[in-house]
Amino acid sequence: MSLVLGIDTATDVRVGLARDGVVVAREVVEDRRAHAEQLLPLVRAALADAGHTVADLTAIAVGVGPGPFTGLRVGVAAARTLAEALGLGVRGACSLDVVALDWAGRPDAPAGEFAVVADARRKEVYWARYAADGSRVAGPFVTAPAEVPELPLCGPGATLTGREAAGPDALDAGLLAASTDRLPDAGLVPLYLRRPDAEVPTARKSTLLQPRLAMMGNR
Amino acid sequence: MSGPLILGIESSCDETGIGIVRGHELLANEVASSVEEHVRFGGVVPEVASRAHLQALVPTLRRACETADIDLSEVDAIAVTAGPGLMGALVVGLTAAKALAVALDKPLYGLNHLVGHVAVDLLDHGPLPQPCAALLVSGGHTSLLGVNDITGDIVELGATIDDAAGEAYDKVARLLGLPYPGGPVIDKAAADGDPHAIAFPRGLTAQKDLARHRFDYSFSGLKTAVSRWVETRRRDGLDVPVADVAASFQEAVCDVLTAKAVDACEHLGTTDILLGGGVAANSRLRALLEERTAAAGITLRRPRPALCTDNGAMMAVLGAEVVTAGLRPSSLDIGANSGLPVSTVLV
Ligand SMILES: [Zn+2]
Repeated sequence: MSLVLGIDTATDVRVGLARDGVVVAREVVEDRRAHAEQLLPLVRAALADAGHTVADLTAIAVGVGPGPFTGLRVGVAAARTLAEALGLGVRGACSLDVVALDWAGRPDAPAGEFAVVADARRKEVYWARYAADGSRVAGPFVTAPAEVPELPLCGPGATLTGREAAGPDALDAGLLAASTDRLPDAGLVPLYLRRPDAEVPTARKSTLLQPRLAMMGNR
Repeated sequence: MSGPLILGIESSCDETGIGIVRGHELLANEVASSVEEHVRFGGVVPEVASRAHLQALVPTLRRACETADIDLSEVDAIAVTAGPGLMGALVVGLTAAKALAVALDKPLYGLNHLVGHVAVDLLDHGPLPQPCAALLVSGGHTSLLGVNDITGDIVELGATIDDAAGEAYDKVARLLGLPYPGGPVIDKAAADGDPHAIAFPRGLTAQKDLARHRFDYSFSGLKTAVSRWVETRRRDGLDVPVADVAASFQEAVCDVLTAKAVDACEHLGTTDILLGGGVAANSRLRALLEERTAAAGITLRRPRPALCTDNGAMMAVLGAEVVTAGLRPSSLDIGANSGLPVSTVLV
């Protein structure tokens, strides 16, 4: 028997389980600010609901984004640490790829290329472009919503473009767990796409100017 | 065999620490630091630190188990820093700790980082006389504590109201053209300088301040005073005596730190004080505190330097105390708390 745990925290908190390739659990906490709090209780709940314990797991799959960094790291840290402690293999998938694979397998799948879009905050979106079979042809990118190409759109951030959206609007962690062999290996480093916000200090602010101006004002 | 086998995880700032203890016996203390990645920014960049924690976690965990020569399955409980610290950084360690607790089916203890700085001395000097005072000085914190019971009764007597002492060192180092982190380089530069060359201000020591801030610290005014002094010299075309500035600045910092620490002991009626945190390695702070505590008949305890900086062993040994005291484990749904008060030892 194979029992794969799927974890994704690129948007909210999602956990899935696939036994011999068949999804047996899908759990979601629709909270985008409680990844650290909710993920591990959700993993435990998913296993219990499916009648399993962690000892039954045979592999772990994790969504590596793109997504807001702090939440995204929770899923990756959990997956890596669980795998280490349980002596299991762990594989990362681009979270947008999972949504694309989902849509490509549905009856309402687009006939041609499409894009998957997620919220990147700061008035930007993460997106990638896919062929009709769900394989990624470009991306992932982080851009203004207006730069997303005129294609059929799905995903948790599709409506941020102001255009019509169809297909799945969230990642299915059960599908992530069941499809590890069909999803390209994205490694285990989150797909940050942005550099850390940090400024290299340049000219120092003068501390002389301020007190002198203040003294003048006092007169 | 004495005491529980505890694995401790620390990720509140820029060090990823995994420590393993059995009771008060240190078995492993592995630390991966991202300090090099922050040098060009002149201070810790939270997102850079958080990314580094994620990368360092599993390799550091692996090293700690090898050093301690244990298998993870032998561990009795997982202890982890739940706060205070940088939110994005804390979350990585907390998540890893929860994952270990679930994978190993062992209890989780979310603990206070500051109390860990006190507890770590148990590894070097055994049981702590209680009550005692503790002075914690680092890049992230400057606190004066009264420790009645390390597992649950700690009062914050005072803390910095602006910059941490270590931060002031970083800023003054940058002003003098010295590299980050500022602590060790200022300490070194000060060795050749005259600590009485320049009379820099001692924050919150004036009579009017003592009423409300008897045990609090402030280093922002000192930093500005150093900056103005240096800029005035430069404006007037005079060269800056780096050693004298460093020594005089350091003297001002250490004078206030130690004077208030001794006052705190008298206030608590204790003759024991513990010095912890990264700045505890500072030579002048150590010397001055030794001198003043000795004069006041106070016994000074200080863990070895490798245990003063942030590490996992401090959380592990605090975890061992909490487990031994029979306190309940943390819930699996606890969050990280960047402003966790020191009065909350266990979340
Ligand atoms: Zn610390």
